[in-house]
Amino acid sequence: MKKALLVLHDGTVFEGRSFGADAERIGEVVFNTSMTGYQEILTDPSYRGQIVTMTYPQIGNYGIVPEDVESLSGPKVEGFVVAEYQDCYSNWRAVQSLGSYLVENNIPGIEWIDTRALTKHLRTHGAQMGILSTIDSDPKSLLAKVTAHPGISAFDFVREVTTAKQYAWTEGCWQWCRTETITHEKKLMVVVYDFGVKFNILRNLVTAGFEVAVVPAQTPAEEVLEMNPDGILLSNGPGDPVTVTYGIATAQKLLNKKPIFGICLGHQILGLAMGGRTYKLKFGHHGGNHPVKDLVSGRVEITSQNHNYCVDVGSLRGQVRLTHRNLYDGSEEGMQHTELPVMSVQHHPEAGPGPNDSTHIFSRFVRMMKATG
Amino acid sequence: MPKRTDIKKILLIGSGPIVIGQACEFDYSGTQACKALREEGYEVVLVNSNPATIMTDPDTADVTYIEPLSVEVLELIIKKERPDALLPTMGGQTALNLAVNLSEAGILDKYQVELIGAKLPAIRKAEDRALFKKAMQGIGLDMPKSLIVTSMTEGMAAIEEIGFPAILRPAFTLGGTGGGIAYNIEEYAQMLDKGLKLSPVCQILVEESVIGWKEYEMEVMRDMADNVVIICSIENFDAMGVHTGDSITVAPTQTLSDKEYQMMRDASIAIIREIGVETGGSNIQFALNPQNGRMTVVEMNPRVSRSSALASKATGFPIAKIAAKLAVGYLLDEIRNDITRETPASFEPTIDYVVTKIPRFTFEKFPDADATLTTQMKSVGEVMSIGRTFKESLQKALRSLEIGTAGLDPVKQPHLTKEEIVAKLKTPNAERIWYIAEAFRRGFSIEDVHVQTWIDPWFLNNMKQLIDMENEIAAHSGKDADLMAALRSYKQAGFSDKRIGDLTGKSEAEVRNLRRSLGILPVFKLVDTCAAEFEAYTPYLYSTYENGYCGAESGGGKTEANVSSSSGLIFSCDANPTDRKKIVILGSGPNRIGQGIEFDYCCVQAVFGLREIGYETIMVNCNPETVSTDYDTADRLYFEPLTLENVLNIIEKEKPVGVIVQFGGQTPLKLAVPLEKEGVKILGTSPDSIDRAEDRKRFKELLHKLNLKQPESGTALTVAEAVTSASRIGYPVMVRPSYVLGGREMKIVYDENSLVNYMERAVMASPEHPILVDKYLEDAVEVDVDCISDGVDAVIGGVMEHIEEAGIHSGDSACSLPPYSLPQPIVDEIRRQAKAMAKELNVRGLMNVQFAVKDNEIYVLEVNPRASRTIPFVGKATGVQLAKMAAKIMGGATLQDLGYTEERVIRHVAVKEAVFPFDRFPGVDTILGPEMKSTGEVMGIDEDFGLAYAKSQASSFNRIPTSGKIFLSVKNRDKAKFVDVANMLVELGFQLTATRGTALYLAEKGVAVEVVNKVTEGRPHIVDLIKNREISFIINTVSGAQAQKDSFSIRRSALQYRIPYTTTLSSARAVVRAIESLQKKQLSIRSIQEYHTSIQNDYSASHT
Repeated sequence: MKKALLVLHDGTVFEGRSFGADAERIGEVVFNTSMTGYQEILTDPSYRGQIVTMTYPQIGNYGIVPEDVESLSGPKVEGFVVAEYQDCYSNWRAVQSLGSYLVENNIPGIEWIDTRALTKHLRTHGAQMGILSTIDSDPKSLLAKVTAHPGISAFDFVREVTTAKQYAWTEGCWQWCRTETITHEKKLMVVVYDFGVKFNILRNLVTAGFEVAVVPAQTPAEEVLEMNPDGILLSNGPGDPVTVTYGIATAQKLLNKKPIFGICLGHQILGLAMGGRTYKLKFGHHGGNHPVKDLVSGRVEITSQNHNYCVDVGSLRGQVRLTHRNLYDGSEEGMQHTELPVMSVQHHPEAGPGPNDSTHIFSRFVRMMKATG
Repeated sequence: MPKRTDIKKILLIGSGPIVIGQACEFDYSGTQACKALREEGYEVVLVNSNPATIMTDPDTADVTYIEPLSVEVLELIIKKERPDALLPTMGGQTALNLAVNLSEAGILDKYQVELIGAKLPAIRKAEDRALFKKAMQGIGLDMPKSLIVTSMTEGMAAIEEIGFPAILRPAFTLGGTGGGIAYNIEEYAQMLDKGLKLSPVCQILVEESVIGWKEYEMEVMRDMADNVVIICSIENFDAMGVHTGDSITVAPTQTLSDKEYQMMRDASIAIIREIGVETGGSNIQFALNPQNGRMTVVEMNPRVSRSSALASKATGFPIAKIAAKLAVGYLLDEIRNDITRETPASFEPTIDYVVTKIPRFTFEKFPDADATLTTQMKSVGEVMSIGRTFKESLQKALRSLEIGTAGLDPVKQPHLTKEEIVAKLKTPNAERIWYIAEAFRRGFSIEDVHVQTWIDPWFLNNMKQLIDMENEIAAHSGKDADLMAALRSYKQAGFSDKRIGDLTGKSEAEVRNLRRSLGILPVFKLVDTCAAEFEAYTPYLYSTYENGYCGAESGGGKTEANVSSSSGLIFSCDANPTDRKKIVILGSGPNRIGQGIEFDYCCVQAVFGLREIGYETIMVNCNPETVSTDYDTADRLYFEPLTLENVLNIIEKEKPVGVIVQFGGQTPLKLAVPLEKEGVKILGTSPDSIDRAEDRKRFKELLHKLNLKQPESGTALTVAEAVTSASRIGYPVMVRPSYVLGGREMKIVYDENSLVNYMERAVMASPEHPILVDKYLEDAVEVDVDCISDGVDAVIGGVMEHIEEAGIHSGDSACSLPPYSLPQPIVDEIRRQAKAMAKELNVRGLMNVQFAVKDNEIYVLEVNPRASRTIPFVGKATGVQLAKMAAKIMGGATLQDLGYTEERVIRHVAVKEAVFPFDRFPGVDTILGPEMKSTGEVMGIDEDFGLAYAKSQASSFNRIPTSGKIFLSVKNRDKAKFVDVANMLVELGFQLTATRGTALYLAEKGVAVEVVNKVTEGRPHIVDLIKNREISFIINTVSGAQAQKDSFSIRRSALQYRIPYTTTLSSARAVVRAIESLQKKQLSIRSIQEYHTSIQNDYSASHT
């Protein structure tokens, strides 16, 4: 059993066993409380630059299912931390083990550490940079590498995960034994700015009846407007929103031109584009069980969450109204422009992983566009 | 939406006696509901026939009725109390059915009582299979195909549509008799024919088989604003085909990907909405085809269930409490999560551990029962355990069962052939988990086991890892260094010290010392609903062996962590013990026959008592159904196996003043001496006194000293010794192995032949455990006494006269408080003797004595210096909370301090009656004997014995008729004594019919009686009369194996056609008295609080 080390920026050292690739990676260490969906989490581009620990202790149980990925070309996390890795998997759709998948994609994994202790540490001391290594077994030298690292805000990870080329997306949401494809009379066309988009956003758009075109994050506003879409979606993505300056500038240009829907990083970019402020949470929201109240419908939805940054909706007073509030910590999770057809949410209505309670927001996006069109 | 103000008074129905399928989980849910509703200012009226519950304590609800759960009684209560609403979802199927009956009878409308939680249409839609199926189709969900057929022709047509394999379920047969799976047309035709004949309504449900599919459960909650959350998901270890109550289950789901999990979650939400359960919790079961992921809905329970109790304990989310609040109008986001305090209840718990539930069976009590596990539930209890991995959690659960296994111990038959193992794998049975382990030991592959069991390979793989580890551990035998190097990893996989010792030839203590010397100690983690995302405030803990880490705060003295002195590593522990004065109370483990809810009641009372006198209370238990394992019962809860290892670990962490072992039955009592040896202070009566009462020799000396009588007795190791003893004592004698519980293997023998037979039937006798031979006091009256003592004074709690004669296990016998036939001087003498023994034994706490009275002589049968099964019954009958007071005595109070220096005199009568699981076990006889067979109890309380007895019978599904025809068949020994009973029945207007022997005898004595054929005498015979419902009551006493065999079909038919019956002469006498009272008086009700107030008033009046 090969040894692996996880060293946090504050000097905390967890020693465990390697179950992934032989590698050494630095990232912000965060925890995710979802009990299922590790594959979606691994392939969520928003995790770029992060080392993710799962609070559920046994991971790998159902293997890897090719059709459940949230992005192409393997995991996006820097490293993966679990209490007990399960090499034997059992699921009718699975084709390989989690461990072999990480090895193939050169991602290190560490198991056999007290992930609850790690989680409590992060909860108490805040998310912080860490290094996961199966190569260097000296905690001191590893700590030196983390300390030397400039931190997550120094990088624009969006550049690393956005698509190089524009593409069309046609696949809908996963269903058991998919037989029929949904046919809509006249499809609305949406352009998705890919800041690190999760495929489930695209799948939900297709299921909601859109024709979907995905464009690279740095696509100029003008180019997109030339495509004359019915609406624009600013996708989720990794990192600190203030580093995505080009995205913010583009959003500003698009604001009163087209209906816009922002999700997660897209929501933060919209907030910044409208002159608002964003701030960082102590240890972020990562999981599939946060209650969010939809202030429009009055319903409580159990949501999929993955963000470290928040929009201070109060800083946009007058321009937008608050549409969603997280019932755990009261944080603001959604807004709608008072005049323009612009709305956004901080959580993940597309699920993948997590509950489907909020997928109706895509229909709200349709209605918003129809009202505008 | 805030709570409703238009309702003030709410009626809650409990689930009645503990039966298979409805155990103490409904005490837990009902108690939570009472607390939650009263917290909101509602007045709660509670009805339950089961006195052994916390919910029927006078402090739990505002008004409490311990009365039969029947429509007519409920109408009286409703008429008197005029509640605004009825909450029917807390008392299991019993309460739900009763609510439906009340509604259909127009009673709810008549008194304007609103059903809250679930409305009638929703209940119907969920419960009626046809309506449910239609509803599922309506929302696009799949169900197994099924058709109801009433003839061969229909049946043969149906199979065309259903296909093979098909399940046949004949309607209304006991225990699912006649049902099965058909794999081909020939088999199907045979089973169809047989099933149609067996079903009294000639009806069979033919269903598409989903046997072998994966089984899942979801616990769902909904509020008035249509917010829906999933509290817990459960995956069954056993595949479809085994009732979920009999399956090993695991939370959360292990082998569903997120897509599949969300598909199930979406379906669950759609179902609760479609069925229209307005508020509260529901349980939904799914089957999933492991080959292609096809998901079908199995069923839905529109109420709190056994699984909800499990889900509550597994996640820390109090489903019943929240369901009660939702029922009165609150929304999920308006209710706080008690555990995290700051977050609302509108969320889905996420857990960072694995929960395993294992059912506990008692087939040893019913040797004639079919021990195959099927879709009909047969287990009587369950344990739950928590570990960081499935491996750890499984092994902890296995040793929580208290069936003598320390883990995956080898099966008892060492020389099984491969075929025999395969057979044990293929047919689901209570020991299958150990046979799976055995199969892996024999080199079976995961696939080999999977094809026989259909258990998911993921579970099997984890089990195989454990067996591989066992081999590794065994290889370390004699090589301590190797063992030490890997010991932590074995502890992390859940191996007990005992199992490691067994594998390496060490004692448990040696392994413990080795482990301690290495600093390998458990840490305790919190059940916090949120996987540590938020701080938790409720100390609900489980143990695990985690890995340490080293950090900036290493050695910094952080209170939350264990810092190992040798390695400098931090072992993160959430226990944070306080420095308060504290007492550990050991619980009673899984429900079983002989040790059930009564002991949980006592433990909970002890917690309440100790808290009142300022102690911090720490509960240790592993039964998820109970009130004691509710996170807000004790100050701190450790959900752990009740083994020496686990208890010692807790004590080392908490450092309590002492431990109480008196309240949880045998489970904690067994730990008393080992704990004391480890230096743990046992509070209350000393282990030495306990030994004086339990050791036969020392007990004899004690009785001799006090000049008390005991039936003649002897011990035997061999057949010859037994024969000598018996002839000295005189037949009949009672024989039993020493150190058995609940009367197992106990027999009354009338002659030498039977004695020799018994001895030869290889009851394991050893010098430490000889066979006990006691004089059997035939026709003696048995008496139970509960008393309390502080070491100085002793006061009687209650004297109970048994209705069934001595020789029938006290737990199976009905009893009356106060005694209903014994002369006062005898009762007074019994009191004196009990008190004398309590003082002599220096009892601090409770003591129970069993006496037998024969020919005005009093014999002491047994003394148990601890809480007995009857403590809750005495409490309800007299208003004296003995267990609570006893706990306070152990905490230092005296009887003077507690103001209890005199027994309370009662003017009413309370009768306790036992409830049996016979209808679950086809092939099992209903005759009572020295071996305990009952699962639960009820209480009837009224102004005279007849009425109280009648109520006790009504509550135990044995309603006494006031007119009609009574069938009699009594054994020769009873015939003479039976004449007066027969005469009285005739006087009371009954017609009598009897088998030839009984009829002739009675006719000779001038009793008018018809003759009816025995089954062997030609037709029409007695079973025909039973089936035609011409018989309203059956009195059938038998002796001897042949007579018992001949009359077996009478008793089984009585059971199947629900004809009330009795199998003893003494209870037949009680029935006569009940009929007399029933014919003279009107049914009436009175609350427990009213009874208790009048007892207290009488007491005060006599002392001023």
